[in-house]
Amino acid sequence: MMRALSGSRVRCRVGDQDLEGVYITEREGRAVVKLSSGYNIGIDIARLEVIGPSPETVLPLARIEQDPDLPECSIISTGGTIASRIDYRTGAVTSQFSAEDILRAIPELTSIARYNAIQVSTILSENMNIAIWQRLAHAIHDEIERGVRGVIVMHGTDTMAFTASAISFMVPAPVPIVFVGAQRSADRPSSDSAMNAICSAVAAVSGLGEVSVVMHDTTSDDRCAIHRATRVRKMHTSRRDAFQSIGIPPLGYVEYPSLKMTLSSGVVRRGERALSLQTEMEPRCALLLFAPGMPPDILEGYHGMKGLVISGTGLGHVGSDWVPVIRELIDGGTHVVMTSQCLHGRVCDRVYDTGRDLLAAGVIEGEDLLPEVALVKLSWILGREEGPEEVSRLMQQSLRGEICRRSIHGL
Amino acid sequence: MDYEAIGLKAGLEIHQQLDTEEKLFCHCPTVLRDIKERNSEFHRFLRATVSELGEMDRAAEEEMMAQRRFTYYAYDTTCLVEDDEEPPAPLNNEALEIALTIAKLFGMTPVEEVHTMRKLVIDGSNTTGFQRTALVALHGRLPGGCRLDSICLEEEAAQRVDDRTFSLDRLGIPLVEISTAPCLRTPEEVQEVAEYIGMVLRSTGRVKRGIGTIRQDINISIRGGARVEIKGVQELDLIADAVKGEVKRQLALLAIKDELLSRRAAVMEEFRDVTPLFSETGSKILKKAPCILAVFLQEFGGLVGREIQPGRRLGSELADYAKKCGVGGIFHTDELPAYGISEGEISRLRVELRASEGDCIVLVAGERERAECAARQVMKRAKLALVGIPEETRRMLGEGESTAYLRPLPGAARMYPETDVFPVRLTPPEWEAIEVPELLSVRAERFVRDLGLDPAVARQIAYSDRIGLFEAAVSEGIRPSVAARTLASTLRELKRDGIKVDGIGDREILELFRMVESGRLAKEAIPSVLKSMAGGKSLEDAIQEVAPPMTEEGLEALIDRIVRERESFVRERGRRALGPLMGVVMAEARGRVDGKVIASMLGRAIDRITGGDERRLNTEGKRIDENA
Ligand SMILES: [Zn+2]
Repeated sequence: MMRALSGSRVRCRVGDQDLEGVYITEREGRAVVKLSSGYNIGIDIARLEVIGPSPETVLPLARIEQDPDLPECSIISTGGTIASRIDYRTGAVTSQFSAEDILRAIPELTSIARYNAIQVSTILSENMNIAIWQRLAHAIHDEIERGVRGVIVMHGTDTMAFTASAISFMVPAPVPIVFVGAQRSADRPSSDSAMNAICSAVAAVSGLGEVSVVMHDTTSDDRCAIHRATRVRKMHTSRRDAFQSIGIPPLGYVEYPSLKMTLSSGVVRRGERALSLQTEMEPRCALLLFAPGMPPDILEGYHGMKGLVISGTGLGHVGSDWVPVIRELIDGGTHVVMTSQCLHGRVCDRVYDTGRDLLAAGVIEGEDLLPEVALVKLSWILGREEGPEEVSRLMQQSLRGEICRRSIHGL
Repeated sequence: MDYEAIGLKAGLEIHQQLDTEEKLFCHCPTVLRDIKERNSEFHRFLRATVSELGEMDRAAEEEMMAQRRFTYYAYDTTCLVEDDEEPPAPLNNEALEIALTIAKLFGMTPVEEVHTMRKLVIDGSNTTGFQRTALVALHGRLPGGCRLDSICLEEEAAQRVDDRTFSLDRLGIPLVEISTAPCLRTPEEVQEVAEYIGMVLRSTGRVKRGIGTIRQDINISIRGGARVEIKGVQELDLIADAVKGEVKRQLALLAIKDELLSRRAAVMEEFRDVTPLFSETGSKILKKAPCILAVFLQEFGGLVGREIQPGRRLGSELADYAKKCGVGGIFHTDELPAYGISEGEISRLRVELRASEGDCIVLVAGERERAECAARQVMKRAKLALVGIPEETRRMLGEGESTAYLRPLPGAARMYPETDVFPVRLTPPEWEAIEVPELLSVRAERFVRDLGLDPAVARQIAYSDRIGLFEAAVSEGIRPSVAARTLASTLRELKRDGIKVDGIGDREILELFRMVESGRLAKEAIPSVLKSMAGGKSLEDAIQEVAPPMTEEGLEALIDRIVRERESFVRERGRRALGPLMGVVMAEARGRVDGKVIASMLGRAIDRITGGDERRLNTEGKRIDENA
C-alpha cells in the first residue's frame, strides 16, 4: 500500500459508507483527513486507503509592483507573523516573510513606501536572545546607513517591548525604527496585523526620530498608538490594545483608515540623533520579582551575576531579611537595581527603613524605569562599563527617554 | 407541476440553536439581550485571506468589493471571546452531547475525532471573520428514504442590527447544522422532512424554542438549472412555497436563456457614460447623480422586464447584482418611460447607443466609482443569463414565493483548522452512553394509547413547550383531561387573545392543577386564574381574586337557603338527605370550601329542621368552629 503523504487522496470507511478526502497529517496516532465538504475529521490511520498521489498545486501569484517614486523602507522580520497564507487544501497556515508576500497580503503598503525585506530570524518571540538582538541591530544599522527612510521590524508581541528597548540603546538613529506585531493571528480576516503594519509604515516614513512600537490603541480598528520603545509594556495577554505606554502618553497616533498621523510635542524628531551602533551586552544579568516570604537564600543563585534588577514591592522594597544577602551580592561585584512591581510610579528608597538599608547596601534606585527596561539597560551598560559609580550614574540618567524626569499627573 | 419530469432535486440544511448553559467556545450564558442594554461598542474591518491558489473565495470576494467598517454591540453577558480578543475555550461538552444525542436519534455514525474548523464568513456577522464549525456525525436515515449527510456543531453568528451593525449576544450560541442529501423530489416532501427533523430536534428537550431559534436553508436545482440555496426560511409553512417559487424562477430563466440564444443576444463589453443626456431629466434620482452609465444588452428587449416570480423580473436580478456596489437600483428600457424619465430621453438614449427596439439598455447612476462597479455587475449578471442560472444564495422576500439574490454560493475552499481548539476524541463507550430520548411523535401516540387523549390534543401536548409540565402533572395523579385541556387549549386561547401566558411558570401551573384536583378550585375557574396570573398576580392572589373562599356566614346562608327550599324533601328523608343536598351545595360553593366543612354544616342544618341530635355530627365531620 502506498504511504499517505500530506495531500494524498485517501479513502476511509465511516459507518457503512466510504468517504474520500485528502490526508493532512498524523496527530497522536490518528490521521487527520479533510473531507470533500471541507471538514477535517480524525480517523484511525490503519483504516485509510491511499487512492492517489498528491495533486500538483500551482501558485499563480499576482505580481506586486512597487512604486519607485516612493521613499524606501526596510521591513525586517524576526519571526513575528504579519502575513500568512492558508492552503485550504490541507488547511496549513504558513507565515510569509518576503516583501512580495507581505505586500500581496497587505497591498495598501505599496502606496506608502517601497520596501526591502530582510529576515534576520524565524523564531518564536519567547526564544529571542541577545545574539539575535545584535544581529537585528546590525541589520537595522546597515539599512539606515544605506539611506532608507525608516525601518519596520516585524516581531512577535510577547517580547517585542524587550527587543524594542534593546534596539533603542544599541542603535541611536536619525530615522524611525518601528516595531510592529499582531495580537490576533494573521490568518484570520479580523487580524490586527494588516492595520498595524499599515500604520507602522506611516510611522516609518514620518518625522519621528526614535524607536517605537506601533499597535492598536483600542479594541476597535480606529487608530494605532505609537509608543516609545523604552516606556511601553504588553499589558494584556490577548487584546489588540495590549501595548500601553506607562508613565507617558503615546508618542502619537495613526488614524485608520485615513492614515492621518499626529505626533506629541515631546518626541524625538527625525534627524535629531546621529546614527551609531553599540551592540555589546552583558548576558549575565537577571530580573527577579520579589514576593513576600521568599527565602533570601534564593539570591545565592545570583552570585556571580554582573547585574540584577529586582522588581520590588511598592516604593522599591524587599523583606528586610534580604538586605544582608543583597549587600553580599553587591560586595561580590553584582550591580543591583531596584524597580517597582507597581510598574506605575517612581522608586523611592528614602522613605522607609528597609529602603534606606538597601541604599546603604549599595542598591541603585531605578527611578521610574520599567523593570524589563531596567534589565535591558543594565545589561547594555554593563556591556561597556564596570565602575559602580559610572553604572549607577548611567542607570539614573535618561539615555533614550526611558526615565521620566517628572511624574506627570493624569497618566 | 410534474416535478419528476423537470428533475427537481432539493435538500435541506437545518440550523437549530441548542439550549445550553454556556456558549460553544466561551463561558458566557446563551441569552439574547435588548440592544438598549449594551454596555459598549467597537468597530472592525474584515479582510479576506487569500488561499494558496491565490484565489479568494468568491463569496468573500464580493463582500470585499466595498471595504466595510462594522460596529459591534457588547453586553455584560458577552466576553473577549465574542470580541475576538481572546482565544476560544475548549468545545462545550454539553453542546457536543446534545449534538451526539440528535445524531443517535437519526441513526448516524459519529466521527472518531471531532475537529473544529474555521469557515470563512466576512459579512461581519462573525467578529473573527470565520464561523467555528465541527463535523460530529455522518449518514443518517429519514423516513421516506432520503438520507442525512451530516450533523455539524457550529457557533451561531452575531445578530444583524442594521446593514453594518451586529449584536454580540447571539454570537457563539451553539447550534447544530443538519444537512440532508439532495434527495427530496417534491415541494411537499421538502416541507414534511423539515417538519420531521424539527420534531426530532425538539424531542431532545434541549434545543431553544421560539422565533429565530431554528432556520432552514433549502438547496434547490432542476434539470438544466443550477444549485440555488434559499437562506433562513423561518416558518415551516413557507418551505413548500419557497421550493415552488424557485422552480418557477429557474424555469422562467431557462426559457429566457433559450429565447436569448435564439435571438443571438449579446452583452456589449463597454458601458457608456450618458450623463449629459439626462441633464434636464424629470427623474430625481438621475438628476442628482454625478454619473449615469448605460449598459447595452443587445436583443434583450422585452426579456429584462419579463416576470420570473411574483413581483420579480430579470431586471430585478440585474438590480440585485448592481446593489452590491452601493447603488440604489437600476433603470431598464423595458420599464421605461417611467419614474420621471421621458419618452424623448429614451429615444435619444437609443440613438446615442445605436440601439433598436429589440435591445435593452440598463441605466445605473451614482458616484462614478460606484456606477462603474454597478455597470460591471449588471454586465456580469446579464452574461450569466445567456448561460443559464447562476449558483447563488438567495433570501426570501416576505411570505410569498419570491426571493432576492444575496451572494454567490460559497465555494468549497473556505475552511481551515481552528488551531486554538483541540480535537475531541469520541470513544465507542461514550457513544453507547448517550441516551436516546423518546420521539415526540412516539410520545403523542403513547398519550393516545395510555391516557385516552384525542390524537390531535395528544400531538399538541407532545409538541408543546409545556410537555415536561404535562408529564409531571399526570405522573402525580392530575387528571390527564384537565392538564391536557389547560395546556393544549386554554393557554393557546388566552395567548391568541393577547394575554401573556408564556411568563407563567410550569411550577405555578402544576400548583394550580393541585388546587383543582383537591377541590379548592373548580376546573372552570382555570382560565380566569391563568389570566389573572398572566397579569402578574401570584397563584394565591389570583385564586383569591377569581374564587374568593366563602365566609362562614356566607356558607351558612347558602346552606340555609338550600335546605329551606327543599324543606319537605329534608323532612321526608332526614339525615339521608345529606348526600343529595351535598351535590346541590357543592355546585354553588364548589372549589371554595372544603367538602367536609360543607358536610358538617349541612348536617346541622338538616338536624335543625328534623330536630335530630347534633352530637352525632361529630362522627360525620368536624364542627365548623373546630375547623376554622
Ligand atoms: Zn463569551
